[in-house]
Amino acid sequence: MSLVELHAIHKSFGELEVLKGIDLAIDEGQVIALIGKSGSGKSTLLRTINGLEQIDSGVIMVGGNKISERDTDLLALRLQVGMVFQQFNLFPHYTALENVMLSPQVVKKQSKVEAKEIAEEMLAKVGLADKMMHYPDQLSGGQQQRVAIARALAMKPKVLLCDEVTSALDPELVNEVLAVVRKLAEEGMTLVMVTHEMRFAREVCDKLVFMHQGRIHETGDPEEVFSNPKTSELASFVGGLA
Amino acid sequence: MSEFTLWDIVYNLLLAGRWTVLLSLTAFALGGLVGLILLMIRTAGNPWLVRLVRGYVELFQGTPLLMQLFIVFFGLPLIGLDVSPWVAATLGLTLFTSAFLTEIWRGCVESIGRGQWEASASLGMNFTQQMRYIVLPQAMRIAIPPTVGFSVQVVKGTAVASIIGFVELTKAGTMITNATYAPFTVYGCVALMYFLICYPLSLFARHLEGKFRHVAR
Ligand SMILES: Nc1ncnc2c1ncn2[C@@H]1O[C@H](COP(=O)(O)OP(=O)(O)O)[C@@H](O)[C@H]1O
Ligand SMILES: [Mg+2]
Repeated sequence: MSLVELHAIHKSFGELEVLKGIDLAIDEGQVIALIGKSGSGKSTLLRTINGLEQIDSGVIMVGGNKISERDTDLLALRLQVGMVFQQFNLFPHYTALENVMLSPQVVKKQSKVEAKEIAEEMLAKVGLADKMMHYPDQLSGGQQQRVAIARALAMKPKVLLCDEVTSALDPELVNEVLAVVRKLAEEGMTLVMVTHEMRFAREVCDKLVFMHQGRIHETGDPEEVFSNPKTSELASFVGGLA
Repeated sequence: MSEFTLWDIVYNLLLAGRWTVLLSLTAFALGGLVGLILLMIRTAGNPWLVRLVRGYVELFQGTPLLMQLFIVFFGLPLIGLDVSPWVAATLGLTLFTSAFLTEIWRGCVESIGRGQWEASASLGMNFTQQMRYIVLPQAMRIAIPPTVGFSVQVVKGTAVASIIGFVELTKAGTMITNATYAPFTVYGCVALMYFLICYPLSLFARHLEGKFRHVAR
């Protein structure tokens, strides 16, 4: 049984069908790279996995349980699936430490002491032990994104979704964030990441999913897929990046 | 006719001024409370309730405060509820205040980016938690200047209660004028007292703004 299973997911925005029947299984410990042209539906797909977009039809299963649109199901889903956004979305009125502590306290009802301990551990993991008392506007983009990762990790999700987590960063700050993601992957975290960092995808991911016009167009081992794309769309996508 | 010294005038105005302050505070506190509840309903997004709140806001924004007060004061007795000028004034101003504050605050809440809602949702927070920990604390800072600005409107709005016979600052001014025949002096003092209530509010707003740093956008 896979950790997360998507069956025949359809999603439209008005007339525009963005997801045209997506089937995807995410196994425990797997690191999946989601690639494809802008507008191919990558973000929408990630957002459906986290329940941020309601699907029109299809089934989402997490840990073998079907997720309905009931609020309790949605909460259960989000407790298992964390998300990191392109724009960080830190809470600007809280310090780095408070950003990370908040949800464990409020959602999981952990004690302040417990939440603080976990938050400190997570911030140390992303290399920000010395920035805990800083507010987001006192941190660089790369540091903010690492706080966002720590914040998601503090909820101990089974899967972490990353939507272009380095795209909003200045080039010199990309690596510090990728290094954190790489470390998570090595520790066995289950990851689904939308990325344009092809070299990183090739080195770190176990599975590559290429989306094209709302469908999963090609999928396979990254090394294999990159060196020997089976479809002309992927070939031209990969070629266009080189 | 008895002689009124300036001190007599000021003293009597000060006594009445307490009622202006009390009416303002009560209307603002109750109006703020009702406004907050309406804001939550409006933001939670049930279409029927949203329409209801919107209608409420438009009703009170689209009619003069004086008419609202008349309707409360003369309307409630028609359904068997006899209300004193104090109750009518409090009720009228509370309704008025809640409608305006809801609308002011809605604008502030809507200025909080979608990313804040999504990030907090992805962390498992429900609507109430999102409001309490993420959206309202940020919206509050943005809301301070217009809210305090509006509180000044409430203070000045209490003058309308004089017409239904509630003895606050303006009504007292009229009564004292009738006794002293010194309208310029009396109303000058009345105006000064309104100013002395309202001006510190503006200063307070500036002080509060400085306290909430670290809110982006
Ligand atoms: N909330 C929305 N409302 C309407 N259209 C949307 C919305 N979100 C995304 N879209 C559209 O759906 C398509 C896929 O978007 P997205 O999933 O963001 O693609 P990607 O992440 O691959 O660039 C795009 O055409 C986009 O304009
Ligand atoms: Mg995207």
